[in-house]
Amino acid sequence: MDRNARTALLAAIGVASMTGLGFASVPLYRVFCQVTGLNGTTQKAAAAPGAVKGKIVTVAFDSNVSKDMPWQFAPEQRTERAALGARKMAFFTAKNLSDKAVTGTATFNVTPDQAGKYFNKIQCFCFSEQTLKPGEEVRMPVVYFVDPKLADDPDAASVQEITLSYTFYPVDSGKKAS
Amino acid sequence: MTDTALNPSAFQAHGDHGHHHDAAHDHPGFFARWFMSTNHKDIGTLYLIFAIFAGIVGGAISGLMRAELAAPGIQYLPTWAAMLSGGDVTFDQALNLWNVLITAHGLIMVFFMVMPAIIGGFGNWFVPIMIGAPDMAFPRMNNISFWLLPPSFMLLLASPFFGGGAGTGWTVYAPLSTYGSPGPAVDMAILSLHLSGASSILGAINFITTIFNMRAPGMTLHKMPLFVWSVLVTAFLLLLALPVLAAAITMLLTDRNFGTTFYDPAGGGDPVLYQHLFWFFGHPEVYIMILPGFGIVSQIVATFSRKPVFGYLGMAYAMVAIGVVGFVVWAHHMFTTGLSVNTKMYFTAATMVIAVPTGIKIFSWIATMWGGSMSFKTPMVWAIGFIFMFTVGGVTGVVLANGGVDDYMHDTYYVVAHFHYVLSLGAVFALFAGFYYWFPKMSGKMYSELLGQLHFWVFFVGVNVLFFPMHFLGLQGMPRRYPDYPDAFAFWNHIASVGYGIMAIGVMIFLVNIVYSLVAGRKAEGNPWGEGATTLEWTLTSPPPFHQFETLPVIEDGKHH
Repeated sequence: MDRNARTALLAAIGVASMTGLGFASVPLYRVFCQVTGLNGTTQKAAAAPGAVKGKIVTVAFDSNVSKDMPWQFAPEQRTERAALGARKMAFFTAKNLSDKAVTGTATFNVTPDQAGKYFNKIQCFCFSEQTLKPGEEVRMPVVYFVDPKLADDPDAASVQEITLSYTFYPVDSGKKAS
Repeated sequence: MTDTALNPSAFQAHGDHGHHHDAAHDHPGFFARWFMSTNHKDIGTLYLIFAIFAGIVGGAISGLMRAELAAPGIQYLPTWAAMLSGGDVTFDQALNLWNVLITAHGLIMVFFMVMPAIIGGFGNWFVPIMIGAPDMAFPRMNNISFWLLPPSFMLLLASPFFGGGAGTGWTVYAPLSTYGSPGPAVDMAILSLHLSGASSILGAINFITTIFNMRAPGMTLHKMPLFVWSVLVTAFLLLLALPVLAAAITMLLTDRNFGTTFYDPAGGGDPVLYQHLFWFFGHPEVYIMILPGFGIVSQIVATFSRKPVFGYLGMAYAMVAIGVVGFVVWAHHMFTTGLSVNTKMYFTAATMVIAVPTGIKIFSWIATMWGGSMSFKTPMVWAIGFIFMFTVGGVTGVVLANGGVDDYMHDTYYVVAHFHYVLSLGAVFALFAGFYYWFPKMSGKMYSELLGQLHFWVFFVGVNVLFFPMHFLGLQGMPRRYPDYPDAFAFWNHIASVGYGIMAIGVMIFLVNIVYSLVAGRKAEGNPWGEGATTLEWTLTSPPPFHQFETLPVIEDGKHH
């Protein structure tokens, strides 16, 4: 191979790998958000450390459904008060308004963004897909706590209210959510 | 092609006989020469003609925008929208035309004016000559690079006639560009970006191969003229940044048409991811537009100061540093998307670091002029205008780099003023400087010095009257991308629109100068600029022979840059 062809090939490999990186950024970005709590991505935990004295934050619940999703979906209570570290449980109700069984799953995050890495879920309906039969209505729990380390983070210490938001969207049966 | 060492005088003589020599080759006919061209100079000329045409279109669109913004209220948009659609339009459709205009202006000026002119035009013309190469490494690929652009441009220009046009801004942010803009117009704009991106990537591969492998004997990397250095760095930026844009907008296309949800939260995606990908491309893109301008200005300042460039190696590696750091500052375009304080601090600091190599360049240009035997020919006044105006735009850039300040400034006219000072008064001044500098070489005719100077002063006054008031509007809080504003902003908007008129007269003078010079210009010598012009293109005739350097020149030690 002559020199020009070799240089051009190396350059083309550069182009191909940057294209690959562009597409690979989709999963990489998701992992990055999960690890760092960027964009208010919440964390998972096995158990709550127990309430600590001091700060109490307000947790507000927000619910949305994708425009392709024939569901009614709402929190049972709009807000609740949570002491840092305390294990809390909130309920959402979902109802399938269509005459077909529909499988959906929910995306989620919290605002303000810097609270993401301190907002831990122990159990959540959003961890798995939910299937509702026609007209079926269910109560779905989420078990969470706010990490007491929130109070030590200068960026997050001033947070008084955390909004947890869910958006339900349909998934084709057998196909993983993208 | 042999490596026969020739002394410069023998090689000069060869250049003088170039025209006779040409006759021996079969000279292609008109169609073969311009439509199937593989000659880097002809392709460069095609790029320049294309860029001038696109610049007129993009400039006319900004004229429509300044007309609408000259006074508060909606004046012309409903009429124009009715003309475009050929029937009655609703008020919202008329306002959408505004979005279409700003989108078209941005995309045309970036992808179809500045990039084709500065990389495709001057790069093609002078990179091979300056390194003593007979042509580009892949002449036929060079032809493809150019001919991808006209269909790409046509796709963009045709998009307003399909479903109201692409009103997404040049950034094509989701979700406005996904479910916010149904209809084929945005798909056409995205495909247009794909094509022009492919064109630029092929061009970048060609430049890298040419510069690495085809330098004449003795032309080491550290002896290359700074313009060649600037194109080399630019080619690397294109190579690494454009594929990311291609990936990002491909995912936009599938989100729009095939039901994927890469950027749709109602499906597990994230619209902020698009912004990250776009600006990972978009920030290097602004250096892609300005770096070759740095190279052009370096050549011109040295030529008309009759001194080699001060701090040659510092100048070359400052460009490399700008290129490298340019890849790690992208989120300063996204300060208001909810980044954490620490992230903002990093991107603020990294952005400000770029001011260091940029400062090295500004001071080296001044040091080159210092004590030089300066002559203020048209290219030189444009180059000095570039240094002056680019510095103004650079200073407002350092202001905007502050994450905290940007919370207030984001998406105001202050940002518009900033990027027009570095592009419309920076890159465009460099383009005009290069055009006047190389016009005698490319055409064989001298331009009119009187018209050139007049063009500079009218244009200089015009763009400053046009863009400087935008700083005030931005500080007062006038947001970008609106066709209307409260009466409080009326005064400076009116001044800015007057400035547009002055600038437009300057462009007219430029066009008259081109026509006049081509028709009646004095014949140019091989080197019209005297002893300050030391790069290889000035050793050839004006215009250069159809094929130059059939015997390669040899660069001696201690000469050049």
